[in-house]
Amino acid sequence: MKTNIRGWGGWLLLALVVAYVVFLIVAPLTALVQGAFQNGLREAGQSLTAKPFIQALWLSVRIAVAVVAIQAIFGTLTAWVLTRQSFFGKALLNGLLDIPFALSPVVVGYMLLLLFGRNGFLGPLLESLKLQVAFAVPGMFLATLFVSLPFMVREMAPVIARLDLSQEKAAETLGASRWRIFWQVIFPQLKTALIYGMTLTFARALGEFGAVLVIGGGVQGRTETATLYIFRSLDERQHTDAYVAAIVLGAFSVLLVLIADTLKRRRNAD
Amino acid sequence: MDLTLFQGERKSGLSIWALRVPVLLYIGLMILVPLLVILQDGFREGIGELVHQITLPIARHAISLTLWTAALMTLINAVMGLATAYVLVRYEFPGKRVLNAIIDLPLSIPTLVTGVMLVMLYGPQGVLGNFLANELGFQVIFAPPGIVIALLFISFPFVVRTIQPVLMNLDLAQEKAAATLGAKPWYTFRTVVLPNLLPPLVSGSLLSFSRAIGEFGAVVIVAGNIPLKTQTAAVYVLGAVESENRLGASAISLLLIAVATLILLTANRVQKSWESRYEN
Repeated sequence: MKTNIRGWGGWLLLALVVAYVVFLIVAPLTALVQGAFQNGLREAGQSLTAKPFIQALWLSVRIAVAVVAIQAIFGTLTAWVLTRQSFFGKALLNGLLDIPFALSPVVVGYMLLLLFGRNGFLGPLLESLKLQVAFAVPGMFLATLFVSLPFMVREMAPVIARLDLSQEKAAETLGASRWRIFWQVIFPQLKTALIYGMTLTFARALGEFGAVLVIGGGVQGRTETATLYIFRSLDERQHTDAYVAAIVLGAFSVLLVLIADTLKRRRNAD
Repeated sequence: MDLTLFQGERKSGLSIWALRVPVLLYIGLMILVPLLVILQDGFREGIGELVHQITLPIARHAISLTLWTAALMTLINAVMGLATAYVLVRYEFPGKRVLNAIIDLPLSIPTLVTGVMLVMLYGPQGVLGNFLANELGFQVIFAPPGIVIALLFISFPFVVRTIQPVLMNLDLAQEKAAATLGAKPWYTFRTVVLPNLLPPLVSGSLLSFSRAIGEFGAVVIVAGNIPLKTQTAAVYVLGAVESENRLGASAISLLLIAVATLILLTANRVQKSWESRYEN
């Protein structure tokens, strides 16, 4: 056993930290797994393949994929403008980007309701266009877009800031077009951060709950995402359904982030 | 979107704007417009009505519950986050990598799932919950302790991960010197290490506090929605939206936005002053 801990004080501190992590994180995780299987594998299997669950999960995945696609483009663009350009109002732009981190998801959903709801600011306009945003998938998409906004930007900005400008200049001197410089010089260096940012965004989008509850209403079969399905199952005391869905959602998110972490570490080690 | 313009921004004014305008539009439409709309809605009936909505007994209780549970969490999280970061940076022990990996789990687990996990553990059917309620008469679920535990779970990585890099870059020579001069470990920590860790500790704690006051998914499952007892501010907003109490929803939302923004600004300032100190 390799250790550099000297004296009982150090061991006591280590024991305290380990006990805290076990109590805070490991114990609840274990309880969830145990709860999902408490009525046997067969019932857990039934919950896993229940049609409303598959439907809800599919809606979550669809929204998350759309959000990741938008965020990959606009997040990168935002990070680029923030690191390479300086202009009046940049500090404000930077500050606004932190807002989604700190804002309650319920408030996010409510703000969108104020904009797009029937009595909202854009309500009459949307009605005349026969477009439904609130209590429909487009509203849930916008809510998820809002809460996941900073992830991509904060992941890309430091990487863009570290790019070696001399490479771009060399390519330019050699007569490469801007398009070619982007794809052959800049993009390869951004790829790892891009994938990592997209994964974080995807995991965040998949787990969004409060904002999509308020703007979407959680109507089964129509606006029910995986998190809303868990919430309804708990409410209706379908405990195994809720626990199994929670495990699937939790495990999926954790796995995604773990894979992205490993990729990033391997790339950084190269 | 014309990516080819990336390179030209030092040369032509046009291409600078071709990138800047979409970004300003995106952030403006996505974040600024909703904020302005809720600001307008909250002040629609004047500031008196706004204050009235915030000071209604149920709202006031929800706000104070939110603030004190978040504050208690921040305190515990600061101490335990500091201890965890210290152990991870300075100690070598078997299982260190596992411990390090576990700390990030709360970042990727959806907060609703966190709530479900805690109900499993501390709820009436849970092993621990049963023991605590029946043997010790200590209620966790549907009570404030559940809120604090849920917030602790969610916030754990924030302080650990802000302190870790700073601690890693600290000059060990200072600590060794203090030890050589006969200082006890605790004394060395307090007088040599802690002052250097204070800025990240403060900014990490502020960030976790600002996140905690808005937390919804975990809290609504763990605490339920009992007005004047376990209803937090975010859950109050949900109730107000559902009962079409638009003034109440806007007022409490604005309060949450104001507090979160104020804390973010303070955290940024702390970080900036500390960075500038290091540059000098």
